[in-house]
Amino acid sequence: MVSPNLTDYTSVASGFSWDREQAGLSGLPDKQGLNIAHEAIDRHASGELQNHTAFRFIHKDLSVMDCSYQDFKELTNRFANVLGNLGISKGDRVFSFLGRIPELYFAALGTLKKVAVFCPLFNVFGPDPVFQRLSRGDAKVLVTTHDLFEKKVRPLLERLPELKYVLLTDVDHDESEQIRSLPRLMEQASEEFTIPPTDPEDPALLHFTSGTTGMPKGALHVHKAVLVHYVTGKYVLDFHPGDVYWCTADPGWVTGTSYGIIAPLVNGVTNLVDEEEFDATRWYSILEREKVNIWYTAPTGIRRLMRMNVIPREKYNLEHLRLMLSVGEPLHAEAVVWGEKNFGMPFLDNWWQTETGGIMIANYRAMPVRPGSMGKPLPGVEAAIAEVTDDSFTLIDELDKDGHLVLKRGWPSMFRTYLHDEERYSKSFRGDWYITGDLARRDADGYYWFVGRADDIIKTSGHMVGPFEVESALMEHPAVADAAVIGKPDPLIGELVKAFVVLQPGQQQDESMKTDITAHARRKLGPAVAPKEITFIDNLPKTRSGKILRRLLKARELGLPEGDTSTLEQP
Amino acid sequence: MTQEEIKQALVQRLKSIAPDTEPGQLQPDDNIRQTLGIDSFDYLQFIVALDEQFGIETPEEDYGRIQTMRELTDYIAARVKS
Repeated sequence: MVSPNLTDYTSVASGFSWDREQAGLSGLPDKQGLNIAHEAIDRHASGELQNHTAFRFIHKDLSVMDCSYQDFKELTNRFANVLGNLGISKGDRVFSFLGRIPELYFAALGTLKKVAVFCPLFNVFGPDPVFQRLSRGDAKVLVTTHDLFEKKVRPLLERLPELKYVLLTDVDHDESEQIRSLPRLMEQASEEFTIPPTDPEDPALLHFTSGTTGMPKGALHVHKAVLVHYVTGKYVLDFHPGDVYWCTADPGWVTGTSYGIIAPLVNGVTNLVDEEEFDATRWYSILEREKVNIWYTAPTGIRRLMRMNVIPREKYNLEHLRLMLSVGEPLHAEAVVWGEKNFGMPFLDNWWQTETGGIMIANYRAMPVRPGSMGKPLPGVEAAIAEVTDDSFTLIDELDKDGHLVLKRGWPSMFRTYLHDEERYSKSFRGDWYITGDLARRDADGYYWFVGRADDIIKTSGHMVGPFEVESALMEHPAVADAAVIGKPDPLIGELVKAFVVLQPGQQQDESMKTDITAHARRKLGPAVAPKEITFIDNLPKTRSGKILRRLLKARELGLPEGDTSTLEQP
Repeated sequence: MTQEEIKQALVQRLKSIAPDTEPGQLQPDDNIRQTLGIDSFDYLQFIVALDEQFGIETPEEDYGRIQTMRELTDYIAARVKS
């Protein structure tokens, strides 16, 4: 068993310096700056790892396609040239709307080579979330498949005048000047490309995340974020030369980009990508067949595995597996213990979010695990618990006291803005502290424990869903007068999206109406965002100023005390 | 119970979980989740509901081999009979 890169948390944390860690990156040749794609691919392609497998893509039928660092350099060069040939320039936004196929990965890194900004969309989104993100993100280029384009994007085109090109991955001819064949463009493009000078503060990645009020916010990250991807890859994911690594997250969410694309490549390991969705038997078979060393997954998947009547290490040969990690939502203590019992090692939980760009609080191989805790701050990251009100901010020194989890500004992958919403960005900070929106507490030994969300955002299957976005879509149904959406605790997916709906006068509260509203919501939002449960209600609890009291609906749903209802408007 | 009756029950159940889709148009070898665009939670709910309806118990490890209408109909038919 190889020894961990981080052997003593306290000594590494106390002597840590971002500047010193920067020496693990090479920077662009001739001091031309710092570019994620160079650190992830090109520097390896011109070194010892040239012929080493960078990606192993596992297709749905379990066949595989390997790409070496050199292969990937050429593919990403070609894609960067495709963008150049289309007149795309620095800072332009390139979106993908794809499953986990090779095109998604070379589009991501090719875009970064061009110093354009990459924004991946989850392919289970319906047309509404897709439109919101493409339009708010000023998409110039969208890379997608013919099928997804026809089903979800073509009807939106008229409302997206900024969208110059749609590049289809699976057609061999151009439909028009706007709708083009990506394979053709790739074939015509040169495989030689020199990454232009890149300032570490140049924007690189855009990830949308949900807010309680208003539509999704685009968190913008810069090339310098790669330093966090590198450091967390080293200390948390514990990458070693020759490792085979599998992150099950989809790049439509930030984990699937930071840790499903960038961190493993920056650290020069082999990155597995499975195109298929969750399938318990398949997952175990992949862990065995591919001799996976490090596995980064999510509580939703772990809980599904826990349903099986299988002791994995008895049925499968998992001798190569040395580290299992989890993120997306808090991992309950029982799942950590289950890992220990069934795999001979615990799942190491860690915490971060879209805005942080990389892992901020983690359990480490060499640090004793406290099941249920998210662990301790990454060396170089300062976390704290604070009491935050509208007009005050106080750090809480007292141990084991609930409060807002806050992070001291300045880690390299900190988001630099919410696109077109500087005001919202400023509101996320109090002085030097970033307010994460999560509630937590810290114990006497410095371990952090998740308590809950400070707002109404729903965490379902590890994804954030903003209630406002769902409510807006429900309100577009002609029979709906009002709607409120909450996260209802669910043993498998954390929370499920539940809607309370007030119908227009004269409409029938029956099953057929429920079905009709469900169909409407799914068509608009897609299954990942649409409500899984709908309940009719006569009135929504609101404050006197008209704000929906979702907290109250949730308390009623769960049979909990209603708390302070002094602002409740009495009907 | 005939295969056709099982198929009807599947279509009805899918329609209630994903009413925006047309499960009646599924071909025997279409991947249900992929064709209808439903997520893994929906699929789990679907199988759990079928278990209740047919009085069978589908273990998690079998989910991967019941992805098409044909696979699922055969799977249920074999268990309902036995």
